[in-house]
Amino acid sequence: MIYQNNISYESNSNSSGAIIPRTEMEQKLVSEDIMKITPLNNWSDCLEKISKNKDEEAFKKLFEYFAPRVKSFLLKSGGSENQAEESTQEALATVWQKAHLFDPLKASASTWIFTIARNKQLDAIRKINRPEPEELPWMSLEQSDARDAIILQEEQNSLALAVSKLPKKQRSLIEKAFYGDLSHSEIADITKLPLGTVKSRIRLSIDRLRRELGKKLQ
Amino acid sequence: MKTKHHIPNEILTAYATGALPEAFSIIVACHVSMCDQCRSEVEALDTLGGVLIDNQEIAEINFNSFEKTMQLISKQNKKDTEVRKTSKDIYPTPLKSYFGGSSSNIKWKSVGGGVKQSILVNDKQASARLLSIPPGAQLPDHSHKGLEMTMVLQGSFSDEVDSFYRGDVELGDDHLTHTPKAGMKEHCICIAATQAPLVFNSWIPKLLQPFIRI
Repeated sequence: MIYQNNISYESNSNSSGAIIPRTEMEQKLVSEDIMKITPLNNWSDCLEKISKNKDEEAFKKLFEYFAPRVKSFLLKSGGSENQAEESTQEALATVWQKAHLFDPLKASASTWIFTIARNKQLDAIRKINRPEPEELPWMSLEQSDARDAIILQEEQNSLALAVSKLPKKQRSLIEKAFYGDLSHSEIADITKLPLGTVKSRIRLSIDRLRRELGKKLQ
Repeated sequence: MKTKHHIPNEILTAYATGALPEAFSIIVACHVSMCDQCRSEVEALDTLGGVLIDNQEIAEINFNSFEKTMQLISKQNKKDTEVRKTSKDIYPTPLKSYFGGSSSNIKWKSVGGGVKQSILVNDKQASARLLSIPPGAQLPDHSHKGLEMTMVLQGSFSDEVDSFYRGDVELGDDHLTHTPKAGMKEHCICIAATQAPLVFNSWIPKLLQPFIRI
């Protein structure tokens, strides 16, 4: 997916014909290692097809990948078999319903679907009311630099790589945190994990850009 | 407008994973609405969740799970996809559901000295309230047990630590004795969340240690 995106960006999206040099970081992120752990399905395309054409085929593909994972997440968060099954169906129905709000410049498909699953988890299984922040303005690919979407995907890939390299004990700490199964001093330990400082810096520049753009659009 | 006083990572992590009591989550949601730096931290944690979903073991879904999901979809209501837009007044959007959408519905109650408050949430773990303090007035003497978080929505307040303006968050605990005083220009309106007294089972007491120096 990374290679596909990059190639299409450099050959098609750049109308001036100039090749935009990749930053050192971007180059580093596109490595063989990442390719091994990244599924090659392009979920952003699926979501676009669902939103634009109500494409059931694309939804089924996405469903088959994500539903078993979402259900596993909900089971591990303490949901019963029935609860987890029902909530998975509801979460995936929300994915269909909100597909038009998916913004590849804001999050990868996995991250976006995770936030839907997490909200279902808090709501239906852990019974926690968690207010959510305002959303930054939605941007279309034309309004912004398509590279942002690639960088976000790569951020996720580099995070996945960093997580996969953690000792098992630390990895399970992250999992348990999201399942709502951590003692509280352990939550603070998560902030000390070596997951790269790059992640939130990239986000910060993208979030700032979005806010500036939002002001101009108003 | 640039926020100077942010929310520590431990609290953002507790928010992202749903471990934070609602009263404090209100402040995190409001602060993140205004502060790109903390937003980027929370979003990075969501990305971690995305990685988790991707690398998750797979559970078996029911044989008719897809068909049932399609049935749910056919019954869906369009209204549920509203975006949480940027608020046009001083009250960030995440606050609005606590007073029915419009600030004119806020039920202010006088607590003396011209100070008014309106309770947003009060559960076993923590409570959150809006406070309105007249220009130049000092907060009535209040002691807190455990964690306290205050975020300015309008005006400013100053204490022994620093001055705090819109979007800024001050953290306190029993070790912080402070006498916040509102700025002279206008009423200081803020959200204050405090841990319920004598809650030893919540995660906060064990987390407090790192904040004491703040």
